[in-house]
Amino acid sequence: MTTKLFGEPVRRREDARLISGQGRYLDDLGPGALAAAFVRSPHAHARITHIDVDAALEVDGLVAIYTWEDLPAGVCEPLPLLIPHPALTHGRTAYPLARDVVRHVGEPIVMVVAKDRYVAEDVCSLIEVGYEFLKPVVGIEEAVSGAHLVHEDVPGNVGAHLVQEVPSADGRSAAEAIEAAPHTLSFRLDIERSACTPLEGKGVYARWDADDQSLRVYSSTQTSTSVRMALAAKLGLPLPKVEVIAPDVGGGFGVKIVHPWPEEVLVPWAARLLNQEVKWTEDRREHFISSAHERAQVQHVRVGFDDEGRVLGLSVEILHDHGAYTPYGIIVPIITSTQLLGPYRIGAYRVEFSSIYTNTVQVTPYRGAGRPQGVFCMERTMDKIAQHLGRDRADVRAANFIQPDQFPYDQGMIFQDGRPLIYDSGDYPESLRKLKDLIGWDDFPAQREAARAEGRRLGIGLGCYVEGTGVGPYEGGHIQITSDGRVHVSTGLTSQGQGHETVFAQIAATELGVPIERVSVVTGDTRRFGYAVGTFASRAAVMSGNAIALACRKVREKALRVAADALEADPRDLEITDGVVHVVGSPSASIPLATVAVLSNPLRYAFDEEAKRATQFAGAASMDRPPVAEGEEPGLEGKDYYSPIRSTFASGMHAAIVETDPDTAEIRILRYAVVHDCGKMINPMLVEGQIHGGVAQGVGGALYEKMVYDEHGQLLNASFMDFLMPYATEIPHIETDHLETPSPLNPLGIKGAGEAGVIPVSAVIAAAIEDAEGLPIDRMPISPSDLYAIRRTAGN
Amino acid sequence: MKPPPFDYHAPTSVREAVEVLAEVGAHGKVLAGGQSLIPLLNMRLAAPGHLVDINRVAGLGEIETDATGVRVGALARHAAVERSAAASLAQPLLGQALKQVAHSVIRNRGTVVGSLVHADPAAELPAVLALLGGSVRLASVSGEREVAAADFFTGPMESAIRTGELAVSAFFPAWDGGTAFVEVARRHGDYAMAGVAAAVRLDDDLRVTAARVACVSVGPAPVVVDITEACGNQSVASVDWGAVVAAVQERIEPEADIHATADYRRHLTGVLVERAVKAAADV
Amino acid sequence: MFDITLIVNGVPREARVPARRLLSDCLRHDLGLTGTHVGCEHGVCGACTVLLDGEPVRSCLTFAVTVDGHEITTVEGLAGPDRPSPVQRAFAECHGLQCGFCTPGFLCTTTAFLRDNPAPTDEEVLEGISGNLCRCTGYQNIVKSVHRAAELLAEEPT
Repeated sequence: MTTKLFGEPVRRREDARLISGQGRYLDDLGPGALAAAFVRSPHAHARITHIDVDAALEVDGLVAIYTWEDLPAGVCEPLPLLIPHPALTHGRTAYPLARDVVRHVGEPIVMVVAKDRYVAEDVCSLIEVGYEFLKPVVGIEEAVSGAHLVHEDVPGNVGAHLVQEVPSADGRSAAEAIEAAPHTLSFRLDIERSACTPLEGKGVYARWDADDQSLRVYSSTQTSTSVRMALAAKLGLPLPKVEVIAPDVGGGFGVKIVHPWPEEVLVPWAARLLNQEVKWTEDRREHFISSAHERAQVQHVRVGFDDEGRVLGLSVEILHDHGAYTPYGIIVPIITSTQLLGPYRIGAYRVEFSSIYTNTVQVTPYRGAGRPQGVFCMERTMDKIAQHLGRDRADVRAANFIQPDQFPYDQGMIFQDGRPLIYDSGDYPESLRKLKDLIGWDDFPAQREAARAEGRRLGIGLGCYVEGTGVGPYEGGHIQITSDGRVHVSTGLTSQGQGHETVFAQIAATELGVPIERVSVVTGDTRRFGYAVGTFASRAAVMSGNAIALACRKVREKALRVAADALEADPRDLEITDGVVHVVGSPSASIPLATVAVLSNPLRYAFDEEAKRATQFAGAASMDRPPVAEGEEPGLEGKDYYSPIRSTFASGMHAAIVETDPDTAEIRILRYAVVHDCGKMINPMLVEGQIHGGVAQGVGGALYEKMVYDEHGQLLNASFMDFLMPYATEIPHIETDHLETPSPLNPLGIKGAGEAGVIPVSAVIAAAIEDAEGLPIDRMPISPSDLYAIRRTAGN
Repeated sequence: MKPPPFDYHAPTSVREAVEVLAEVGAHGKVLAGGQSLIPLLNMRLAAPGHLVDINRVAGLGEIETDATGVRVGALARHAAVERSAAASLAQPLLGQALKQVAHSVIRNRGTVVGSLVHADPAAELPAVLALLGGSVRLASVSGEREVAAADFFTGPMESAIRTGELAVSAFFPAWDGGTAFVEVARRHGDYAMAGVAAAVRLDDDLRVTAARVACVSVGPAPVVVDITEACGNQSVASVDWGAVVAAVQERIEPEADIHATADYRRHLTGVLVERAVKAAADV
Repeated sequence: MFDITLIVNGVPREARVPARRLLSDCLRHDLGLTGTHVGCEHGVCGACTVLLDGEPVRSCLTFAVTVDGHEITTVEGLAGPDRPSPVQRAFAECHGLQCGFCTPGFLCTTTAFLRDNPAPTDEEVLEGISGNLCRCTGYQNIVKSVHRAAELLAEEPT
């Protein structure tokens, strides 16, 4: 590897177009397309009695109105349950347009296609839908009472129930271990609802080519390959006649991994039916009431521990609010249950969750995907143990850490990918040491006392997490070096701002020994790469990064073979530098990769100068073997896949110092420190960017953002006015330090970094506020009004 | 989220504007900065039949200042008033409050008079006008009238403006004392959970001789309370704040919403009254 | 329908629009300038921010007819003749963007902000960009970009 770009803070190759307004996001495409809009339920739970479109038919510019009755077989069926699980005994998904019952505000009922979105919304406002009201089920407590049902055939509103139990080394159950422990605590924790809210909502734009009988769909998705397969199946089209492309995507954070959305099926269906281009661009209100939320859980915790704070037994019961439907299965509570264990080896563990239906927007993964809740549970537990014992909170954590020489470490559970929860590598004591240094943990008590003397309340908190990243099953990479010397890289998964065009180019340039300027990367375009899983679970760099590296190695090997022939050298004596293959130690004996590409493809026709050199009549071809030798293929290209045996586990630790106002109860983060270990970093600048963004979302989730439903199932804050996504003024400066513990599981030694920043923030902020206030903080997010109420309840 | 259709009128004079407003009656809505109205239109929470866009009306952008106070024309943007050194000198409370109105980009387009007419009880400018005892000048085909702030804000998002009337300017009287505006919002730039504008006058011995506060987000309209008596002719350092806060809390009627309980707003208002009066006295 | 002329990025552009046409939609769909993004359509996110007669405003809270005859600058008009503007370059240099959706609004806001305040403090930068939402970056590198842009602008020959 002579062109070392791996590990360097290479500037992003995406930015030139994005800073100049030349990005192509979904709504930038198809300027002449018809616009779709939807009549959505204003009620949380109701039976549709009639739909009257008469008044709407007069509107100039109306093209079509569709209800469930109009949908053909395939399209009219409930949307798929993407990730079935034996514990999900009562999985339910929505129809693309409501068939008879609506189960949350925002559920689509009627699709309107018109000449533009203004007219489409005019039409929507004139369509009258009759409802027979059913009792809405809102809130976990009301749902588990089972007094009213979200789905008539789901008793108790319980969609799934799962118990996982890991006995202690000496064979005790968690209950036994807790019973026998010198100390026990039990408590309840609450986490409220939040959501991804990318700045760009969802969107779909479809073109039907009647001549070719083919469909091209653009979707603001995290998985174009799977949208394609779902569409081909739903619409009954041959897979090769459907192409799906994720253009520039304005953020995802999880919500765009769900597929197919109702609109993703309906828009292409209508485009084909009407033989006209149709586009739907989700607006902000639609995004709030008809996409997906996450986070809401109630946790009942019981823990037994020894005098050092070592956890001997832990039992957690989780009630998970799943909203009205379960299209993405029970991935979120499974991740909470498993990742709750964090960097700790604990005695015995029992976790039980019930996934509960409510008449609210469905719950699917949001950055962190159940981990913030699990980490909140474990880290609050650690703090409570420390407080109970009067020990330092960092020391209690250290007493429970898995040690560096204990890897691989088997937690004894099954992870979200269906594979054993075995941590591959990490160095938690070193992370903690770095974090304590960075934040000044040991000096803080003096600082707190000094502030207290001035009437100020300061507090410090910390939180640790382990994150399973790079989950399988696979991703692939394809490399083609063309006769102009350019390297074309493609992979099937999609991008939403992570900088894949840059990091994948860094990998390819490093592996192939070519200048990065010659490398171009395409993601999320099924015309270029058909097999992929998608971008989620901090997996893109690990999965596609390694697949691209492997594909590059194949191509490199072939390039060296072809070059060796031409140079009459041994391939083992060759290396590639700056796009030129040369004999080690003899720079004059060289051949550019462009020429290698020419030579690799014996041609019949000379359409240009390069091609002339490659025709079968040009060179001294050997007459005893075919122009393309057995086992060879024409062209300098290669494809490979990376399929890991299991996930790789990144980790990190955060600490914060907060100040609470004794009078107004305002909460301010004075410092925020992060130590992060995602194995080898491909591009540290981008890793830092991911961390900053994750922490900011975490701060949102800790102090500002929640979805507030009233008892009727109305979302009271379906706007950026009232869903308080933080501005720059709300986010602290984030101090970072890194550890690079390579993953032994993959060729590049990397782990995922996408979600990390968000995971422990609520736990850290809660701990710091608790430290400042001397009052337990067991519910997040927390507002000044909430803190004031906690103070009042405590009588101060 | 696209606005519903409406008939559009773009008068170029006040005369023309009020004639159109008279003609369209209750179906008419005035568009100035649009920073409150257009979100409502985009969400289709408002659907006026006629929109009377006054942005081309001549002479409404004036900011006139003299010793008696500041008169702000209906097209004077928040940012223009904020940047006006003369206005800040004549009535510093205007600038103190404007800094806290939404974000600067909104203030580039939003108008001071528009904020008054919108009459949001959580907004800063109605409280400023109410505190100072200012007024709003309303024009119609039958002439002009000046409505005192005390009569102008009649309820949440409700004002004394009548069908066919156009608010052409507002007058913020000068105050020969100190002023301050303090508030606590969830995020920087959000509507305040509670906020207090204060106007204080001290004598030569620094005793409070006059003090008034106007509270936002704790009633259907800005709540103005004269706390001179509660301050007990004491210096700011010696004021019995418990009594002052009690006097204010007695008058406010906070309600809960998703951002704050009524109890918290009441408490917060008390905290902010003390802070605002102290800040206003610090001249 | 109204025939309007907007001077967009220095070029007179004509459009025929209904009165309710938002400036954001007019720029994007009537004039094909899709660099201006629409993130909320209620004036909170700032993605649609453009310069109206030099001042940043929300194009989603402005009707195209209202600004007939006025000058509009969009992200497409920020660059110099041969290279991106200092503000644009600073954002690329400091990793001030990830998905890029909010970026045009930040760039327009920052351009006007630094024109009025060429050497801002940290606090002034925060205040200056506090009306724009970004979900990706956590703002830290945006703040860095604004400071860097101030440096680059100071180095520019005037």
